[in-house]
Amino acid sequence: RYDDLKNMLDQNKDFLKLEAMKRIIGMIAKGKNASSLFPAVVKNVACKNIEVKKLVYVYLERYAEEQQDLALLSISTFQRGLKDHNQLIRASALRVLSSIRVPIIVPIMMLAIKDGMTDMSPFVRKTAAHAIPKLYSLDPDQKESLIEIIDKLLSDRTTLVAGSVVMAYQEVCPERVDLVHRHFRKLCNLLVDVDEWGQIAILSMLTRYARTQFTDPNKYIFLIPFYVEYDSFDDKPFYEEESSSDSDEEKIKEKLPKYVMDPDHRLLLKCSKPLLQSRNSAVVMAVAQLYYHLGPRQEVSVVAKALVRLLRGRREVQAVVLQNIASMTLMRKGIFEAFLKSFYVRSTDPTHIRVMKLEVLTNLATESNISIILREFQTYVRSSDKQFVAHTIQAIARCATNIEEVTDTCLAGLVSLLSNRDEAVVAESIVVIKKLLQMNPSQHCDIIKHMARLVDNIQVPMAKASILWLIGEYSEFVPKIAPDVLRKAVKHFPSQENIVKLQIINLAAKLFITNQRQTKLLAQYVLQLGKYDQSYDIRDRSRFIRHLIMPSSELANGQIHKHAKKILLAPKPAPVLESPFKGSRDAYQLGSLSHAINAEANGYQKLPDFPETQPDPSVRTVEPVTTDRRRPGRTARSKPPKKKSFYSDEDSSEESESGSSSSGSEDSESDSGDSSYSESESGISDSDKVKKKTVTPALAAASDISSDNKFHFIKHPLMMAYSTGQTNKSGYTTLDSEESSGESGSSSSEEESSEEEVKPPPKRQTKRKKETVNLLDLDDFSPPSVSPSKSSTSLLTPMLASDLQGLSLGGANHVEMAGTSSGKSYELLHRVTGGGLSAKYRYPRSPCIYSDTMITVELEFTNSSDSPIQNIHIGEKKLQAGLKVHDFAEIDAIEPGSSKTSTMGIDFCDTTQPLVFDICTKSRKFNVSVKIPVGELVKPVSMAQTEFLNQQGILSGMNENKGKVNVPETIQSSINKKVMEIVNVCIVPSTQSNIHRLVYVLYAGKTAHGGSVLLLSIDLSESGEAKLIVNCDKMVIGSMVFKQVKEALT
Amino acid sequence: MIHSLFMVNSHRDIFMEKHWKTAVKRSICDYFFNALEKASSPEDIPPVISTPHHYLITVYRDRLYFVSVIGKEVQPLFVIEFLHRIMDTFVEYFNECSERVIKENYVVVYELLEEMLDNGFPLATESNVLKELIKPPNILRTVVNTVTGQSNVADHLPTGQLSNIPWRRSGVKYASNEAYFDVTEEVDAIIDRSGSTVFAEIHGSIDACVKLTGMPDLTLSFVNPRMLDDVSFHPCVRFKRWENEKVLSFVPPDGNFTLCSYHIGSQGMVSIPIYVKHNVHYAGSGGKFEVTVGSRHTMGKIIEDLRISAVMPKQVTNVNLLPSQGEYSFKPVEKEVVWDVGRMAPGKPPSIKGILSLQAGVPAPEEKPTVTVHFKIQQLAISGLRVNRLDMYSEKYKPFKGVKYITKAGKFQVRT
Repeated sequence: RYDDLKNMLDQNKDFLKLEAMKRIIGMIAKGKNASSLFPAVVKNVACKNIEVKKLVYVYLERYAEEQQDLALLSISTFQRGLKDHNQLIRASALRVLSSIRVPIIVPIMMLAIKDGMTDMSPFVRKTAAHAIPKLYSLDPDQKESLIEIIDKLLSDRTTLVAGSVVMAYQEVCPERVDLVHRHFRKLCNLLVDVDEWGQIAILSMLTRYARTQFTDPNKYIFLIPFYVEYDSFDDKPFYEEESSSDSDEEKIKEKLPKYVMDPDHRLLLKCSKPLLQSRNSAVVMAVAQLYYHLGPRQEVSVVAKALVRLLRGRREVQAVVLQNIASMTLMRKGIFEAFLKSFYVRSTDPTHIRVMKLEVLTNLATESNISIILREFQTYVRSSDKQFVAHTIQAIARCATNIEEVTDTCLAGLVSLLSNRDEAVVAESIVVIKKLLQMNPSQHCDIIKHMARLVDNIQVPMAKASILWLIGEYSEFVPKIAPDVLRKAVKHFPSQENIVKLQIINLAAKLFITNQRQTKLLAQYVLQLGKYDQSYDIRDRSRFIRHLIMPSSELANGQIHKHAKKILLAPKPAPVLESPFKGSRDAYQLGSLSHAINAEANGYQKLPDFPETQPDPSVRTVEPVTTDRRRPGRTARSKPPKKKSFYSDEDSSEESESGSSSSGSEDSESDSGDSSYSESESGISDSDKVKKKTVTPALAAASDISSDNKFHFIKHPLMMAYSTGQTNKSGYTTLDSEESSGESGSSSSEEESSEEEVKPPPKRQTKRKKETVNLLDLDDFSPPSVSPSKSSTSLLTPMLASDLQGLSLGGANHVEMAGTSSGKSYELLHRVTGGGLSAKYRYPRSPCIYSDTMITVELEFTNSSDSPIQNIHIGEKKLQAGLKVHDFAEIDAIEPGSSKTSTMGIDFCDTTQPLVFDICTKSRKFNVSVKIPVGELVKPVSMAQTEFLNQQGILSGMNENKGKVNVPETIQSSINKKVMEIVNVCIVPSTQSNIHRLVYVLYAGKTAHGGSVLLLSIDLSESGEAKLIVNCDKMVIGSMVFKQVKEALT
Repeated sequence: MIHSLFMVNSHRDIFMEKHWKTAVKRSICDYFFNALEKASSPEDIPPVISTPHHYLITVYRDRLYFVSVIGKEVQPLFVIEFLHRIMDTFVEYFNECSERVIKENYVVVYELLEEMLDNGFPLATESNVLKELIKPPNILRTVVNTVTGQSNVADHLPTGQLSNIPWRRSGVKYASNEAYFDVTEEVDAIIDRSGSTVFAEIHGSIDACVKLTGMPDLTLSFVNPRMLDDVSFHPCVRFKRWENEKVLSFVPPDGNFTLCSYHIGSQGMVSIPIYVKHNVHYAGSGGKFEVTVGSRHTMGKIIEDLRISAVMPKQVTNVNLLPSQGEYSFKPVEKEVVWDVGRMAPGKPPSIKGILSLQAGVPAPEEKPTVTVHFKIQQLAISGLRVNRLDMYSEKYKPFKGVKYITKAGKFQVRT
């Protein structure tokens, strides 16, 4: 039939062959059968022309399966191709060999894949990885050897291969978790550099992997709701046993096993986070589902913004993303609350998108935003899309049931819809009102009456049935109307839909029970009609009802009859209006096909539950082939994803150098707003400087007609240097028009010089910025450098996860803070005045168990008299404004010569005013006062250096006390100790070292009551002169601390 | 993953098919046609359709349907995104994605599909790599090829495919080196009937046209980078440097690409450059329609290409309006009034008013038409975003650099 084509293929000329192949491909593309040409085509597999060859490959992939014997003719050519020196030829030979699906050549394929796996070219290796699932689908018996190949390919370090081999893994052996262990960290770190499709595959594979290897980060939150306020991923140590207390809260906390996120778990979360900024919606969704399924609850919210951004995308993307958001909002409402308005419906949205948006809006409804949502719904009800209106009505009903405050409002609104002209709207309203009324029928008698009136006009069966049911159920509220409704309904019985007929029978039965006198005949009539109905459902029902309510004489003693009332008029629970997303859909992994179709798709694998106990984390440890391995089990910080590949480090350092001036100026720009244009314009020649000051945003955006050189610059103050004023033809304003301005030579030197000139002001910031970077890097490598200074009692304080650590490092940051209990004790009561009872108090610097704002005071009572002293307790207290005291537990008795300690908590309100109170014994009363040294008002806070510097920047001016102290040699070595004695602060790990400095220490604390930050820095130079800076929001405390520290150091 | 792909036109003809695994019968598309039957508009077809043995994932764009057949569990977005990428590639090769060009260039299309997917898994999707593998058709090359017998298909692996920057081809040379950046912002807004803003946000994108020799390394910085807290990037942008320094550092692909797109949400203040006053009401068999538009917050820039459209309720049979500027049209089938205002000169705000004729015998409509506004403002980024500077490293020459700002209306709707 295709003789001409066969002829052309048999010719020697390449262009004829090409022409013929093109036509054949055209046939395939149109879906015509071209298999009869197979012998003619297969001959050309060895053709030299690359395009002919490719097209022959396309043909073979399509038809080889059908003509296996003939296809074998081509195999030897492929085998030759596999040995070609051109990697593209090797790859395409491997590709076509694995794609022709001829079972006989399975061994050849296997060999080819094994060869390809070790090929020099990563592209061929990638092709080999692609061939694995093909071979597997052809012959599943090869699984074992394929797994071996996958295992080897997984260790490939090129990004090109990583994605493909993970896809093969997913296809062939997703259950072999053990293969992943060794590559987990590598894959995490490579993630950003893999291509988009590979990222998706890796993310979904790692999600499953993590579900088997890490414990649930939210487990304890589920157990104890109030625990939510703690950062669960912060491995903060809880109070130790010795701070015994009887408060319940304390006990529960002690029982709680603390949750420590595995550093690898944290690594995965951290490495996937930047991908939220991918342009590919599937990647974003893959990260979102990873966070949703693996992240600690409070971190999931980071995905919201990215998902909302996707809503601007293509229609299909929108639909799928909305579906997933709807599922997420069901479980975690809070994540998307801030984005409520992004789900508002536009008139141009297609219906299924609108319905999905409604679903999300309804899920997001809470007491606080319900009024906004209802107002929005009001606009939707007026829409001309009736299907959408019906969904809106259902949504209103769901809001009404979920949020009690608005039930009545919604009901009133829905009732007003009953007078709508559109029948579909009315019908839908009736159906939902019926459901709402069931919640509280007695109050809404008038609505029931109103609905009864509607029954004549409504034609929509579901609505009619709803009204009839409602009247039957609540006939007691409308005793007069009900029989009449029945009478009317019965008239049209034969012409009704089945669902209405059933309800008429129901109504008749119920009324027969409650109001036999009026309705007996009607009921008999209905049942008679039902008996001869066409539908057996209705015949069944009427037979059943008949025997239930009017038993025939021979069955008169029927037991059921007695209970007819109970059966028919049993109180029925109100239906719960639930999201259609609830239930089945939750079960599927977000973003999966199964989730989209709400049914289990072929090959769907359920996401495993977290294991109860953490499997051995050391399996992921690899022998130190690479430098970025951490010791297992250690709670060190996880490493940020290292940009390997072409973002080489050298070049980045160079970049940061050159970029530093601009970044510095950027900083200042944001601080001081518009006026800082002058700083950011580093390349402006002097003559322009005067003009620059006048630059305001308004001017900047002003007309672009001016052709004056300087004015043109003003227009685009942000653009580089001098511009020619030549407004570009296409409306581009020149960024750097050096070429067009003839004066390039002179001006470029000018640029450089002026750049240098402008540099000094932003220098400070630049430097700071760099420090920051340094700090981060160093932190990554070295263990936390906080050395607890002389800890006598190593009490562990709950610490604030500082912002910086919160997300990036928080998981494993383990800073131990020891309150240095100052041994110093003060006298409370002298034994002479106390008649033998003496008391001392001291500040142990342990966290107060009574309240966060209180300070622990330890009292020691000693009995130096010769008789026991009994019933020591606190009597009258003279409390200054705001002071709060938690009394110590009453001491029963102290034997002569012995002593007892007790603790009390005092909230000093961040003042040094003494607390005056009475200590009572059985017989006597002593007036005492507790004074607090200012340093004890502070609690230590762990802080990163960056944050410290930030805070210090904020607390300047009045809040800063600065001075120089000459520190004698003797003290120099013990500065740390001295400071710690005076102020209860903790050292900020600092990385700044300088040969000219002997000591450079930063301390941070905050006041117990108000939480005002107290920062202290000591910078001791070789000359013995120390620069002391104290910053505190509370000026008084700041200056007092400053004075005391200064005294201590001299 | 993707078994087969069917391309369907608006007349429901399957005009091209491609199979990556064992061929799937065309009849599978009947499920799709059934769904199409049920949907009220092509837009309304569900993206995922489930059939007894396969799943169909469909995208609709430029009046074409791409129906892909899926055999196993896979992320639907993966497939959707990929199908759109195929269409994007077609647009890049043939300047449009229509039935005509696909049929005309079926060989190139087939070769492209073959390169992009292997066994249903994506293989090469970067347009720079594809263009090296398969040269885009143009008349000159067709002539040369027929004369010399060269082919469109490369016999070497593109270097980009192997490198860590697959998006850029190597050995790029230009006589004049240029880099242009278009900052385009679209304002999405919903304005309620009283004129207050219910919801407003800005979607911006920075489209670049980079024609630079060699392997340039560019750094783009902004005057106010803090505005960009919700950004997505082309894969070439280095995340790390953005996170640390808030600059865009990248080795650009050759030619046109979208560098980044950003979203400035409703939380921030979005200034709306236009206001619309409207008055629509129905009485008996007629109605009144009046719309006035004016500009504000435009920083002295002029609003261009202003176009107002409204879809009238179906009871409206005709309109008789008088615009103070521009002209209007009414499509009686779609019931759409389009008022093309054009350039909005400073001075009196343009307005249009007149009467609506309603169909007799049916009650007056309840719903009021939603007014959709289109406009364009040159030389203004409504968010205030400004590019600070562009630096180039690792190449010696001085490129010509330019930046252009445009603000457009996105989905800008006024409820009446």
